[in-house]
Amino acid sequence: MGVVYTETVVHMAPPAFEKDVPYQVAIVSLESGERVTGRIEGARVSIDDRVAMIDTRDGVPFFRKSE
Amino acid sequence: MRPVAVIGAGKTRFGAFPDRDLRSLAVEAGEKCLQNGHVTPSQVEAFYLGNFAGPSFTGQNHLAPYISTALGIHEVPATRFEAACASSGSAFFHAVSGVASGLYDLVMVVGVEKMTSQPTPRVTEILASAGDCGGEIRAGSTFPSLFAMIARRHMHDFGTKREHLAAVAVKNHANGALNPDAHLRKVITLEQALAGKPVADPLNLYDCSLISDGAAAVIVTAADRARDFSDKPVGVLGIAQASDYLALDQKADITTFTAVKAASRKAYKMAGVDPADIEFGELHDCFTIAEIIALEDLGFVPRGQGGPCSAAGYTALRGAKPMNTSGGLKSKGHPVGATGVAQICDLVQQIRGEAGDRQVARHSLGLAENLGGSGASCVVTILGEI
Repeated sequence: MGVVYTETVVHMAPPAFEKDVPYQVAIVSLESGERVTGRIEGARVSIDDRVAMIDTRDGVPFFRKSE
Repeated sequence: MRPVAVIGAGKTRFGAFPDRDLRSLAVEAGEKCLQNGHVTPSQVEAFYLGNFAGPSFTGQNHLAPYISTALGIHEVPATRFEAACASSGSAFFHAVSGVASGLYDLVMVVGVEKMTSQPTPRVTEILASAGDCGGEIRAGSTFPSLFAMIARRHMHDFGTKREHLAAVAVKNHANGALNPDAHLRKVITLEQALAGKPVADPLNLYDCSLISDGAAAVIVTAADRARDFSDKPVGVLGIAQASDYLALDQKADITTFTAVKAASRKAYKMAGVDPADIEFGELHDCFTIAEIIALEDLGFVPRGQGGPCSAAGYTALRGAKPMNTSGGLKSKGHPVGATGVAQICDLVQQIRGEAGDRQVARHSLGLAENLGGSGASCVVTILGEI
């Protein structure tokens, strides 16, 4: 579990990510106090939203909004 | 430490120049600078080059002697400095340090970047390599997206509005339209600035600096020798470089740049001045939010007030504290490795009273803030009349 510290939706991306546009990137504050940069799947999130880590792909954490 | 002065300055126009290569741009700026400073190549004791990503953009490495020899400068230390967008600010800092320490009497600094030979997605990728490639960049962050996340948090914490960001773009475009050397000489309205194509929310195309080609050069020497070369030497009254984490997620607070605060604190102390004494400046507006935060970190406005002060005209050409009278990175252009030295050239032009339509009324003390990456490097320089 974590809380969104900040986020953005990326519309213009480098070649490796062009297929994903638009996609949301967020910095998430984890319960440990550490912050990580990851991707958001599903519904868009805003600052202070709670999120859950659902997967790690190629070292990148993926999060989803939790109710 | 002995006082140091800038005796010569020269720049190319900034823009997209398909027929020009990196070396020809650097040589043009360098030759203009030698001429402006009444310096011959044989008098240059060290050559420092600021360049971010020449090898990636152009395929050419080993750039410092590649350029110094083309300028007729031989058998001297020729070294490239890389600190992302603060590359040539860092080269300038080290040139000043070399003269101040007495190691050299005269050092030339050139900043250059040739960016437009690559398509925008590839440019985006190269610029992103100034971030933390293992974490934030692997997750899909681009440089605009890092500053977009900074903007989101600044808006959340301080109530900064989209219109505040747009006001910075409108102001810098108005200034750049008066600058014959600027890349995009186009006045824009607030409505246009708000309606730009989305890049990374909440930033649109008008919040982002330009992808440009260009070069800039300066020569520094000991202040007590400066008038042997120039009738209008400009004093380097204060200068400092500072560093911080690359990754945004490692910073305690992304709405402030600790490297900017640290560098400016040292530069103010060295110059013996306060933020209130600074009459005008060139700020690193790689993105509109960066200028707003710079105003706060440099102590020109209270924390959180950068947006409202920008919208109220505080930093306009005829405002209380004019900032980016050149048009800034937004309109003048941002050939990354050239930017730091170009800011020094712009301050020199104002202090010498040679800024034409953009000349500010009070021009005896100016500050340049050159930011690298998302704040991992910063060089702050205070120049003044001597």
